[in-house]
Amino acid sequence: MNEITQTFETLDYGLAPESPDLAKAWLDSHKRKFGHFIGGGFTKPGKTFATSDPSNDEKLAEISHGTQKDVDAAVTAARDALPGWQALSGFERARYLYAIARLIQKDSRLFAVVETMDNGKPIRETRDADVPLAARHFYHHAGWAQHMGREFPGMSAYGVCGQIIPWNFPLLMLAWKIAPALAAGNTVVLKPAEFTPLSALLFAETCMKAGLPHGVVNIVTGEGDTGAMIVNHPGIDKIAFTGSTEVGKIIRKATAGTGKGLSLELGGKSPYIVFDDADMDSAIEGLVDAIWFNQGQVCCAGSRLFVQESIADKFIKRLKRRMNKLVVGDPLDKSIDVGALVAPVQVKRISEMLADGAKQGGTFFESSCSLPNKGCFMRPTLITDVSPSHPLVQEEIFGPVLVAMTFRTPDEAVALANNTRYGLAATVWSENLNLALDIAPQLKAGVVWVNCSNQFDAAVGFGGYRESGFGREGGAEGMRAYLKPDFEKKLKAAPEPTPAAPLDGYEISGIDQTAKMYVGGKQARGDSGYARPVIGAKGQMLGEVADGNRKDIRNAVEAARKALGWANKTAHLRSQILYFLGENLGYRKKEFAERISHMTGASAARARTEVDASIERLFAFAGWADKFDGAVHNPPMRAIATAMVEPLGVIGIVAPSEAPLLAAVSMLAPAVAMGNCVVLVPSEVHPLSMTDFYQVLETSDVPGGVVNVVTGASDDLARVLADHDGVDALWYSGNQGTSTTVEAASTGNLKQTWTARGRAFDWYDADNLEGRYFLDRATQIKNIWVPYGA
Amino acid sequence: MSLKAVPDTKPAMGHERNPGFPLDLDWVERTVMNRSALERRAASFSARRSVKKHWQAAWLLKAITLIDLTTLNSDDTDGRVERLCAKARHPVRDDILEALGAEGLGIKPGAVCVYHNFVATAVRALRGTNIPVAAVSTSFPHGLTPLNIRLQEIEASVKAGAREIDIVIERGQVLTGDWQALYDEVKQMRAACGEAHIKTILGTGELATLTNVAKASLVCMLAGADFIKTSTGKEKVNANLPTSLAMVRMIREFHDETGIEIGYKPAGGISTAKDALTYMILMKEELGTHWLQPHLFRFGASSLLTDIERQLEHNATGRYAADYRQPMV
Repeated sequence: MNEITQTFETLDYGLAPESPDLAKAWLDSHKRKFGHFIGGGFTKPGKTFATSDPSNDEKLAEISHGTQKDVDAAVTAARDALPGWQALSGFERARYLYAIARLIQKDSRLFAVVETMDNGKPIRETRDADVPLAARHFYHHAGWAQHMGREFPGMSAYGVCGQIIPWNFPLLMLAWKIAPALAAGNTVVLKPAEFTPLSALLFAETCMKAGLPHGVVNIVTGEGDTGAMIVNHPGIDKIAFTGSTEVGKIIRKATAGTGKGLSLELGGKSPYIVFDDADMDSAIEGLVDAIWFNQGQVCCAGSRLFVQESIADKFIKRLKRRMNKLVVGDPLDKSIDVGALVAPVQVKRISEMLADGAKQGGTFFESSCSLPNKGCFMRPTLITDVSPSHPLVQEEIFGPVLVAMTFRTPDEAVALANNTRYGLAATVWSENLNLALDIAPQLKAGVVWVNCSNQFDAAVGFGGYRESGFGREGGAEGMRAYLKPDFEKKLKAAPEPTPAAPLDGYEISGIDQTAKMYVGGKQARGDSGYARPVIGAKGQMLGEVADGNRKDIRNAVEAARKALGWANKTAHLRSQILYFLGENLGYRKKEFAERISHMTGASAARARTEVDASIERLFAFAGWADKFDGAVHNPPMRAIATAMVEPLGVIGIVAPSEAPLLAAVSMLAPAVAMGNCVVLVPSEVHPLSMTDFYQVLETSDVPGGVVNVVTGASDDLARVLADHDGVDALWYSGNQGTSTTVEAASTGNLKQTWTARGRAFDWYDADNLEGRYFLDRATQIKNIWVPYGA
Repeated sequence: MSLKAVPDTKPAMGHERNPGFPLDLDWVERTVMNRSALERRAASFSARRSVKKHWQAAWLLKAITLIDLTTLNSDDTDGRVERLCAKARHPVRDDILEALGAEGLGIKPGAVCVYHNFVATAVRALRGTNIPVAAVSTSFPHGLTPLNIRLQEIEASVKAGAREIDIVIERGQVLTGDWQALYDEVKQMRAACGEAHIKTILGTGELATLTNVAKASLVCMLAGADFIKTSTGKEKVNANLPTSLAMVRMIREFHDETGIEIGYKPAGGISTAKDALTYMILMKEELGTHWLQPHLFRFGASSLLTDIERQLEHNATGRYAADYRQPMV
């Protein structure tokens, strides 16, 4: 019997390996030793570490370990390149991005093989996903480079961007970082992950071939310490990081108060919900894409399966059968499904995690597939008989491991899905679009896939809610992450507030004036029982306000969270209420103007101007409420990809001392217009405008809890808000020191922060503050993918 | 679903014929197929699996045994059918088989498929080969004549020596959701076939949705089909991978529920060796290697054999072959 007649009986697939020869020849051309790519050329290799093929433990090359000197040189090169790069027209930058896209396509097989060897992922994935998506990203952003000036007026590039990318999609993450940065007119210093630096170094050659001006792209290799040097470098204007939530929090802390732009794309534990009317076999196949794509080393992997109870037994049975069909093996073989994990340390980490988790219960099922004798391979694993309290259900495993649970009703599915600190992605399977489109907006995730999973495209923003990070990559929303408003660059330092020295006794009518706080739609006494005097401009005692403390913030946040249904009210209704607020403030214009005069010493005319401007601002955001909406993107597949604009949740707002009415209203109005609930700390020295304001709130049909006012010491209360995990975003308009503190403290739940950092905002600047400046900061974009076909 | 007719574990010997089951309208009702998901999966077969070198030769030899070598043209004549049968007797050039060391495999196509009028000719031409003759029947390709006439046609073909009958369903019954009528007709056709195996042609290109395809597949299987088949070859859209996936998954579900193995036959438009391999990969991935046998899988094709023979020659010699050098079908 020869091999043909033998195979005629068994019908095995046999081997179909992609040749590594050209990739090896490329490595040899560098003598298997690489320096950094700085200022348009490779540096001499310094102290090096090895990068290996995790499928066979073979060393591939020696990689330089970036030092402070290297990072300095790269930042200097990027800085030097900036004026020239920005002087180019959008069309000229577009031509470079287009050239890079074309070159990636021309070298696509080499990129795919290099990536597979360095990372261990199947050649099918690098060939069909990583590399084409990377090229697509550069094509897409060539367009943004050209249209940027028109599409993002008043915005310009940050400058030098420091970009740190992970090892799970080395080339693709590089593309996600570099393409929008360059399109926007930034220059970059990028550090690839230490396990997978090779495709970035190959990309450096692409930049050379494209004739990209020297220093526009710099690539510094190294480990975590090199990354830290980039994060902490004073010459860098923006940091973009993709990686673990743990490191993301460190970076948030490190950049606190520096004014560096920051976008973080972090971990996840994404839910995968299957309703009983789903196409079950397709939902199971979708799981293969969701959790066994790239060995499950995907931040948005659908790793928590929720199946409706009525179909659970059948579903799990079929899923196990499908798992037994998965082929784990040599990543360069074209007939495998699952390749190698990136490094031995990952196999060890996951194995230990599973062993630890097993002590807490759960039924473990492994695919019956065979594993190669050596290399970083793991069997696809399913864990059943677990509940949300199980550590393996809560923690990100970042490997080929799926946990499965059941649910009874749509509401329960949503509750279980959202029962996580993460919020990167979610998947919903149902043939009933009424159901799927009801569920999708309720899921706390930046991406929702309906009847599909792990779909990506340059035109569709990707990024997280909650501790999965902030900022988007892809589409217009992704471009915004690399642009900053021009007007901010011209802001001057704000003068320290100087409260007048108090005189003795009440000045006005002698009637006691002690303003309470406003919590959950009711006036509330402060917890401490203490009051703070409010001193007028002339030193006169104008009254007292409650001296708010942590418990008052706690109560206010609780009230705000209870009122989150505000987001589900129609935009039209929110708009009506904001108009009504403006109208009612108008009736009391005189009284509010006098109050401002008394507190701040502003002239009567000036005070009237502030009230007028506040009414105008309320009208502005009443007008925005039903207009600041989303988009339908155009990914290259038969699908609707809807970018929905969603509120963040509870926003803490700490208003500045200046313009006590206008500044607070300028932040309050956009937050509320977009469906957020607010805990407002009014001006510490001039709080009475906003305590007066709650009477306007009460007469304007604002539901209780949507706006809460806590008076007291601004900086203390700002810190409490920053520490509160129930606060989703914090806007602090005050000094540099507290700005730094609150940004560093925001890491608890990775709340999104906006801080004034001691800069003087001109609250009368309607051009900039009646537009999307605060609207952008009050919202996050969720992209919902809905493929269709009769 | 409680249609457990036989235990999951198959008897080692022999294939149990589908006895037919009562029409389960609940099952039909809850059957759904998501087109986009099926298309994505269908596109992944040739990306996820690759068959090269000697494996490819073995697979292509197997593919020949799965072909219903077919001629269904209005200008068919005895001479044309005899030529087809001669090719069936001798599907691959001896020198190619010898070069591959495959002469002992006894490679023969699964069946020869003709119109009723040529059944006798084909039976005569294939005498001694044990290659069955399949007849398209029931007013192929439209199926729109009185039922008694269609049933008589089946009986006539069986009498003339056809061992397999490819019937067509009334597409209108699917489009109007008249599952009972479809079930009743197919059941009667199955009875008319007697010992001959019945392949039910769904005319998938005219069923509008993959959910309809899946439901029609299920109804035919419940009514006693031995095979479900995509197309007559006369519709505007013939066999394709997403449709195949919908049908094959229904075969799998039917097997899960009843323990009965139903065959699958994609037909129309499958003309290259590469296409054939992709279909075989689909079967192997979704149903298992077991299903890659002539009693469970057939291609309805005519020109496919020539392309396979060409590829086999390339495999044997390392040189690319030209189709005019292969004896024509």
